[in-house]
Amino acid sequence: MSGFFKSSIGRKYAMALSAFFLMFFLLQHFAINILSVFSPDAFNEASHFMGTFWAVQYVLQPVLIFGVMYHFIMGFILEIKNRNARVAKYAKNNGAANSSWMSRNMIYSGLAILAFLVLHFIDFWLPEISTKYIQGDMSGLLADSEGFRYYEELTHKFVNPLRVGAYVIAFVFLSLHLTHGFSSAFQSSGVSSMRKEKLQIFGKVYAIAIPLGFIAIALFHHFNH
Amino acid sequence: MNLTLKIWRQIDANDKGKMVDYKVTEISEHMSFLEMMDVLNEQLVNTGEEPVAFDHDCREGICGMCSMYINGEAHGPDRGVTTCQLHMRMFKDGDTITIEPFRAKAFPVIKDLVVDRSAFDRIQHAGGYISVNTSGNTQDANATLISKHAADEAMDAATCIGCGACVASCKNASAMLFVGAKVSQYALLPQGQVEAADRVKNMVAQMDLEGFGNCTNTGACEIECPKGISLENIARMNRELLKANV
Ligand code: HEM
Ligand code: SF4
Ligand code: FES
Repeated sequence: MSGFFKSSIGRKYAMALSAFFLMFFLLQHFAINILSVFSPDAFNEASHFMGTFWAVQYVLQPVLIFGVMYHFIMGFILEIKNRNARVAKYAKNNGAANSSWMSRNMIYSGLAILAFLVLHFIDFWLPEISTKYIQGDMSGLLADSEGFRYYEELTHKFVNPLRVGAYVIAFVFLSLHLTHGFSSAFQSSGVSSMRKEKLQIFGKVYAIAIPLGFIAIALFHHFNH
Repeated sequence: MNLTLKIWRQIDANDKGKMVDYKVTEISEHMSFLEMMDVLNEQLVNTGEEPVAFDHDCREGICGMCSMYINGEAHGPDRGVTTCQLHMRMFKDGDTITIEPFRAKAFPVIKDLVVDRSAFDRIQHAGGYISVNTSGNTQDANATLISKHAADEAMDAATCIGCGACVASCKNASAMLFVGAKVSQYALLPQGQVEAADRVKNMVAQMDLEGFGNCTNTGACEIECPKGISLENIARMNRELLKANV
């Protein structure tokens, strides 16, 4: 089995596996974020649960960090290997004749997502870790103890139009990444094409609706506070 | 019609090579692309120049030799054809046509448009066969029942002519459509089951060793393949490799 994951196809399986996990995580993240539009209280409750429940913090969070790191590091490695597989380039190459722009530029849409993730880590994740595990405040309450802090923090972040702009651009790239990536992950895992046709429709909906949803949430808070 | 050709010229494997412009006149739209190349070469021979070396054999779309990257696509702009089946009516009078060899690290250029595709042969040697003892105890072919569906799919996979257009078109120079077809044609049939696990393991290992890139499912290979080999064969190969390893 160890030889399997060193083979080109084994790496594809692992890449797809990490991508499946990320797509599932994205869905879950969206489900919680959308609560902030309808009910600040429900959003606070869900955030507090995710932020303090042991299985999320000590099992899912490490898996997520590993999954993201594996995905983009393997993405880079494959990109370098694939470039090396063609040393002399064509003088004229008509890539658009046989493949989509999204499929040929996964590394660039991926890099845009990575840049966003760095910003996202600095914005949300590092302050969370610092509050909870360095200052030791696991209460999730505001400084004046009036209620939970999560909703306040979220809306505060979306005041700055530059941040909202960066957010919107990043999710456009995520949508492009997933437009190819969703069906690609199923193809990599060897799912047969008959089942894939229905999956592809679902994939296109997912790839557009979820990023669009994140954008809508950001704009909602930007214009309502 | 009158055409300008930009052709890759390279004296031998060690030469750096360069694009050279040529003009051809009075090309009939009924000619095949290779016949147009013949006209050019006759012209070059008459003026004492070295003719352009290119691979060809059957000239009817079955041997897979005629590798040319024409205007940025393997076997040119038409679909489901090899270069020998490409008609000059696909082009217009006054066109400039760029002609290059198939490019991949695993397909080194030997001379001009001729590339060395023996990497494909080595992949085949690694497992693209079945070992059956046929000396004196040959079975009746109809004794082994095969469903129509499996037979059709195996036949479709077996139509791969090993031309290498999939590798040439792939942005990663991946050989997975070729290997997927060669694995599938046996994976679908009972005769292929005995050596199935070793076959897929060995062929994939050889493919990786030859320096082909990794598939990222762009689908370019399927579009450019003259035989319409489907991506489903790659998915099947992936399943076969997983099965062989668990
Ligand atoms: C962190 C930055 C990221 C980078 C640098 C990156 C890079 C890449 C690259 C280069 C590929 C193509 C590799 C291949 O097909 O073999 C890829 C595939 C993929 N990515 Fe990403 N990606 C990133 C983040 C994400 C995220 C956040 C998601 C989902 C939420 C995602 C989902 C996918 C999917 C579904 C595939 C297709 C997998 C497959 O074909 O098997 N990626 N990524
Ligand atoms: S899969 Fe198609 S393009 Fe690739 S070698 Fe076979 S016939 Fe040629
Ligand atoms: S020369 Fe045989 S396929 Fe073109």
